[in-house]
Amino acid sequence: MDFLIFKAPMLMVQASLDGILLGILFALIAYGMALQWGVMNIINIAQGDLVILGGYIAYTMYLAGIHPAWGVIVSPIIMYFVGVLLYKLVINKVVDRDLFISILATFGIAIVFQQLMNFIFGADVVVAQSEYGTTMLFDNSVTLPNSKIFSAFISVLYAIALVIYMKKSKLGRAIRATAQNARAAKILGVDTEKVYAATFGINAALCGIAGALISITLTLHPYVGLPYTVRSFMIVIVAGLGNLPAVALSGMGLGLFEEFADYILGTEFRIGAVFMLLVFILVYRRFKLSKKREYLK
Amino acid sequence: MNKVKQKDLILYSGLIILGLAAPYLFSAFKVQLTYLCVLIVLAMTWNLQGGEMGYNTFGNILFYGLGMYLTASVQVGMFFPLAEWTESGGEKTFVHTTAQYFQGIGVGLLVSAIIPAIVAGAIGYAILGLRGHYFAICTLGLGIAAGEIAGGIEIIGAGQGFTTPPFPAEIVDTEARGKFFYFLSFALLIGTFVFVKYIYGSRFKLILNAIRDNEDKAEAMGIQTMKYKITGWMCSAFFCGLAGGIMGGLIGYIDSTDVAFDGREMGVFMVLMAILGGKGTLWGPVIGATLFHFFKEGLWTLILGWQYVALGVLIVVIVIYFPEGLMGWLREKYPERFGEVIDEKDRKAQVELK
Repeated sequence: MDFLIFKAPMLMVQASLDGILLGILFALIAYGMALQWGVMNIINIAQGDLVILGGYIAYTMYLAGIHPAWGVIVSPIIMYFVGVLLYKLVINKVVDRDLFISILATFGIAIVFQQLMNFIFGADVVVAQSEYGTTMLFDNSVTLPNSKIFSAFISVLYAIALVIYMKKSKLGRAIRATAQNARAAKILGVDTEKVYAATFGINAALCGIAGALISITLTLHPYVGLPYTVRSFMIVIVAGLGNLPAVALSGMGLGLFEEFADYILGTEFRIGAVFMLLVFILVYRRFKLSKKREYLK
Repeated sequence: MNKVKQKDLILYSGLIILGLAAPYLFSAFKVQLTYLCVLIVLAMTWNLQGGEMGYNTFGNILFYGLGMYLTASVQVGMFFPLAEWTESGGEKTFVHTTAQYFQGIGVGLLVSAIIPAIVAGAIGYAILGLRGHYFAICTLGLGIAAGEIAGGIEIIGAGQGFTTPPFPAEIVDTEARGKFFYFLSFALLIGTFVFVKYIYGSRFKLILNAIRDNEDKAEAMGIQTMKYKITGWMCSAFFCGLAGGIMGGLIGYIDSTDVAFDGREMGVFMVLMAILGGKGTLWGPVIGATLFHFFKEGLWTLILGWQYVALGVLIVVIVIYFPEGLMGWLREKYPERFGEVIDEKDRKAQVELK
């Protein structure tokens, strides 16, 4: 093996830490996707574009002179209303229909979002400087930006808050009831229309948080939404719907995979590797299930 | 019955004459007409896949892009070292003679039809075992991964693109290039149409429909569904590869994500066109592609900069409000024209049930 990463064990530590911190962020997006997939049975291709939009909200604050870290509070609030609006305009017409229709419709939304962001924020790669500095570990051989640690911390915080909210609050109970059986919930007096709108809003808010964190840790660009969608889709199909620890774990696994792929294959193949991993996971599951004469449903 | 056939004959010969005369009648729009032919081919092959078989793919762009790269690579590689060609960015150091150019594009198109079909056959067993939206997402991933990977391979130009051989300079006629590509694509269109029409009259189409309607039952009836699914996909790949090869020559420049594996444009267009016209019909994709192309060419320049927003809104509107497409709408309105007999009593009974 001639790869640099195998010669220098410190690079492995670096890649692992980067991957895990990044993976926690992916898991947050995936949790949003699992939520709306489980409750409304739609696959949202525009998920990644909601993330990027959330990031641009934080970036706008940064341009206005406010510290971008405040974006993790402002961005979800704005994104919640964006999500509800989106639900009222489009999504409520694709709930309960063929999944392919939801895929195509949200694909259309994704294109609109990309283009509007391109108009408003320009086609340059941007990043909001958090100026948190870096932490040096192991005699300065591993560098860890504090913004990444901050983002992982905030992600965990929000995820825990959401789990508690879903367990304890009235709306959380209504959402879980609707996910189990929408018809029965309706009969028992749950306003499913409102629940759907709130679910999509919460999903968008989660995307907003993730986007704000991405704006300080990674980079933003109007057209990089789709990889985030695919990542969250991948995490959800590996972890299953509504299994939060598994979502977190597979998110970290994906983060690790990406960092190592980055070192071994080269950065130019990073996105390609993510998409190929999706294909491999699906094909692997297909062969595993076909032994029992079943298929992915 | 004979009368209907005569009608068909008049229709088809009329369309062929129109197609042959088009580059002379609308001489300024030859490139657009070539585009139209290719779009119709893509929509028809997508329809074979998504409309008839029920496997909604985003991945046919894979074969289109593959065909594009293969044609250009063969065309260059037959006579010159490929790596030096792409490194020089298609500079004038290597020049194809007229004979070399046509030989190259001929062999290139042949390769670009066969290899994608083989690729489809090779990955078909793995991918076509997925169903419904998993298949859709998997093929979406496949198309994008192909673009990203092609953008990292040096010998085909990596991220900076691949210039296809320029049309031979010895041919003085300035119209010749446009006509050549138009007739090439028109021939492809006729070939595809005849093939799809043949499939529509065959048992194969019924099997594909059975797979779409209920794959488990089709399997239980003794149909080896996987075999037919792979065959169907290979047919799509064959024509998509050819279409890509022609487009590569026409555009003259191949970029990995913006031209070849262009999931954002072509990959979406083919789905949209088939749905707009009505999937699962012979004429639907043709009408859908034509309408879409006219809409695109007419409006694109008026709303410059906003075209993708319009495209996105169009997708949402079509998918939500017209999932059956134009032909589906016509079918509902004039069922007699489609050879469907409606029992009025039955219809009334159904209305009452609702």
